[in-house]
Amino acid sequence: MKVANNYYLPAGLPTPVSEPDGLSEPFWSGLKMGRLRIQHCSHCHTWQFGPEWLCHHCHRFDPEWEEVEPKGKIYSWERVWHPSHDALKDHGPYIAVLVELPHAGNVRVVGNLLGDPMQEVIIGADVVGIFEHHVDAESAYTLLQWQYEAD
Amino acid sequence: MKSNTLRGQVAIAGIGESNYYRHGKSPDSEFKIALQAILAACDDAGIPPAQIDGFASFSDDRNDASRLAAALGIRQLRSATMQWGGGGGGCCAAVANGAAAILAGMAECVVVFRSLAQGQFGRFGRTTGINTISGEKAYLMPYGVLAPPQRFAMRVRRFMHEHGVRQEAMRAIAMASYHHAQANPRAVMHGKPLDEQRYDQSRWVVEPFHLYDCCMENDGAAAIILVSQERARDFKSKPVYVLGAAAGSGFRAGADPHNSPDYASANFGTLAPNLFRMAGVQPQDVGVVQSYENFTGGVLMTLVEHGLVEAQDINQFFTLDNLIAPSGKLPLNTSGGNLAECYVHGMELVVEAVRQVRGTSSSQADKSDIALVAGGPMVTPASNLLLGSEDVL
Repeated sequence: MKVANNYYLPAGLPTPVSEPDGLSEPFWSGLKMGRLRIQHCSHCHTWQFGPEWLCHHCHRFDPEWEEVEPKGKIYSWERVWHPSHDALKDHGPYIAVLVELPHAGNVRVVGNLLGDPMQEVIIGADVVGIFEHHVDAESAYTLLQWQYEAD
Repeated sequence: MKSNTLRGQVAIAGIGESNYYRHGKSPDSEFKIALQAILAACDDAGIPPAQIDGFASFSDDRNDASRLAAALGIRQLRSATMQWGGGGGGCCAAVANGAAAILAGMAECVVVFRSLAQGQFGRFGRTTGINTISGEKAYLMPYGVLAPPQRFAMRVRRFMHEHGVRQEAMRAIAMASYHHAQANPRAVMHGKPLDEQRYDQSRWVVEPFHLYDCCMENDGAAAIILVSQERARDFKSKPVYVLGAAAGSGFRAGADPHNSPDYASANFGTLAPNLFRMAGVQPQDVGVVQSYENFTGGVLMTLVEHGLVEAQDINQFFTLDNLIAPSGKLPLNTSGGNLAECYVHGMELVVEAVRQVRGTSSSQADKSDIALVAGGPMVTPASNLLLGSEDVL
């Protein structure tokens, strides 16, 4: 498990929590343990993300959560300049990436691309996940960030 | 089986708007400007407001149908419909829902409206003040994917990647809107032209969106009045008919976060064939287009998905000359739209399409007997609408 030494974005952005009904609880608790978990229906083997109470393919309830290796390919990206939150004021540009997980049915997750915010972003490039633990938050949580796979 | 269709069954008898303002500048409340737009539409039609018996809106409009009915002294409220979904995805569906109510005998005179005085309720572009977040936004906001531009930029980037789209194509869309706004005294950006240099030098909001690729935020209200085709000729203005409408989205378009299988799309893939089938016309019959611009990139996708341009031709097709009235290949957003007229969540685009079919636009297209409106690219449900003159029926 790769762990980030610091936070990519300034503190103060909204803290992710599970819904009151607990739908995404296995995802967020998994990240805290350094595990990326994605719904994988044990009946028809369909991968599904974001989570839902039902497998969209075979309609079995409560698809199982399966741990998958945090690696993928950049599917799309954006470099954000305008601060849409007070916490980002004067922070400067940052990069968000949409990462496809080929070994998990090509579901996609959003994260930040660690490193120089002005670096070139290459769609299709291999990236590996980095667990960014926010232990000092009022309610501790973990984000999954990404960086280019070392050659 | 009987073939059900809206084609030619419902007419738009009146259109109206409030004054359009920059964000937070309306001296009147949001509810008051809703009433102003509705009364203006009644006046345009020559219909006494008390004849209204239905309301249709979208995007969780705050101006409740029952309060409107009470305020207007309406004798009998028979239809009150709200299209699910945010942004402008419902601007055409609201028209369809109102038209369906008339066709089904549930109402006779339906107002379709949207009123939006955002200055009185906070901005779309700011998210401060939220401490915890769950559901779809929890997968995005902690990563700084907060406001609409950030939520849609990756879709557009993927589309650009798949089809080799250049920034200049999006620039042409912004410039066409500003070009048309210069002829439209209602437009918030009237008197504020945009040229290539100004676009290129404008700040990035989020790559690939410059400032001018993003819709404005405004205060304004717009409304239209629907009646059945039997009554279409009873009113002051040339009747404009609903030819067809469609709403919705394709397979798992709502799979959040960013897991829609057809990701690099505006979500019109399933809607456009339904629309043209109902209207009984072909894409090449469309003379003028009002295509919702939350962001210019969504317009590229929208026109491709409606068969108006091939994806591989985008860079050649999207030039200012091709997109402007009267004689461009496909006059686009001829009032200035969300970028330069007023961001009324696309209701202003519906009103402009009516003006085009009537022949009364401030930037009239040469060919305007069939007008397309497309609402809410990249959102679900999206919706679209074809309007036409009596000659088309």
